[in-house]
Amino acid sequence: MVILGTALLSVCFLLGVTLGDILGKLIGVKANVGGVGIAMLLLIVSRLYLGRKGLLSAPTLNGVHYWGAMYIPVVVAMAATQNTLAALRGGRVALLAAIGGVALCVLTISVINRLSRDASDEAWEAENPNTPPV
Amino acid sequence: MLQFFKHAIIENGLLAAFAFVGAITWLSNELGTRLTKGRIHGSAFAVLIGLGLAYWGGALTGGKRGLADLPLFAGVGLMGGAMFRDFTIVATAFEVDPVLAKKAGWLGVLSLLLGTVIPFIVGVLIARAWGYTDPVALTTIGAGAVTYIVGPVTGAAIGATSDIMALSIATGVVKAILVMIITPALAKFMRLTTPRGAMVFGGLAGTVSGVSAGLAATDRRLVPYGALVATFHTGLGCLMGPSVLYLTVKAIFG
Repeated sequence: MVILGTALLSVCFLLGVTLGDILGKLIGVKANVGGVGIAMLLLIVSRLYLGRKGLLSAPTLNGVHYWGAMYIPVVVAMAATQNTLAALRGGRVALLAAIGGVALCVLTISVINRLSRDASDEAWEAENPNTPPV
Repeated sequence: MLQFFKHAIIENGLLAAFAFVGAITWLSNELGTRLTKGRIHGSAFAVLIGLGLAYWGGALTGGKRGLADLPLFAGVGLMGGAMFRDFTIVATAFEVDPVLAKKAGWLGVLSLLLGTVIPFIVGVLIARAWGYTDPVALTTIGAGAVTYIVGPVTGAAIGATSDIMALSIATGVVKAILVMIITPALAKFMRLTTPRGAMVFGGLAGTVSGVSAGLAATDRRLVPYGALVATFHTGLGCLMGPSVLYLTVKAIFG
């Protein structure tokens, strides 16, 4: 049933966020620490576990896949609700600090990704040619 | 008739947002395939259109939530808010290959650390060059260069003034928007072609909204790998900002 997939997703989400809040409290940070990441790990683990037991029917899977596919539209909506005006009015310090930080990070990403390539990368790329998002 | 339609939209904001975002996405895909022959993903146009609309909404209302401050588009705020964003991000984890994710785990952690320290240092140095000398202000602006959540959380913890907080948030928002826009363009340069590449990107680029939108417009299947790492970024920044990073700045500039 579709709802079972969506319910599984919701339970993982709520558990993850709760654990993230507790983790934040434990280390004394006023923020959720990795709640979404923990939820993702929970979902991966439960997919493996339930899949092995044969408990994931096609409709159940659809109950999760639908929300995964809604991700890009949600990101578009998120972009439409950014405080773009404030970003542009933040002045040169905000602009330069952001540009400088991003530029240096982009370079670092490029260096790390070039250095860490191995044979498995080409295999993955060959198997998964870049396709436009749905 | 128009009055009734308007009423229906305001009463059912989220559903209206689905229809509206659907229209933007359709338009963007047409633009992507017709104007650039598919070289630029439709999602990149969609994010740009979204940001443009956010500017328009902000200019019209003077509010902070872009398009969502217009009553007709309030539903876009719910759809693009943290709840739906995080929910759909978690859902993408269903496609993660645990073996691949594990293999790149240590690179992800290294990227997370670098992704916090590098923008912080740049932020502090630029603020210093602009005449800020107070360690609290320097730290808060530097933390803003990490993400727009780390900035105010750090600032609040170490007692920054509200104008510095605003500047810090603005820095973080500029960063998020910048990452959204430049990622598809620089994807080849950054070698964003594999799950591991996406995880390194997620850790270093950090800001969840930027990473998620940037990867979405680059290659949809890489989204969960980048997001998996990036979601720890804000937590790490909030942990390091008011503690290690502040103390270091204080020791150097205090």
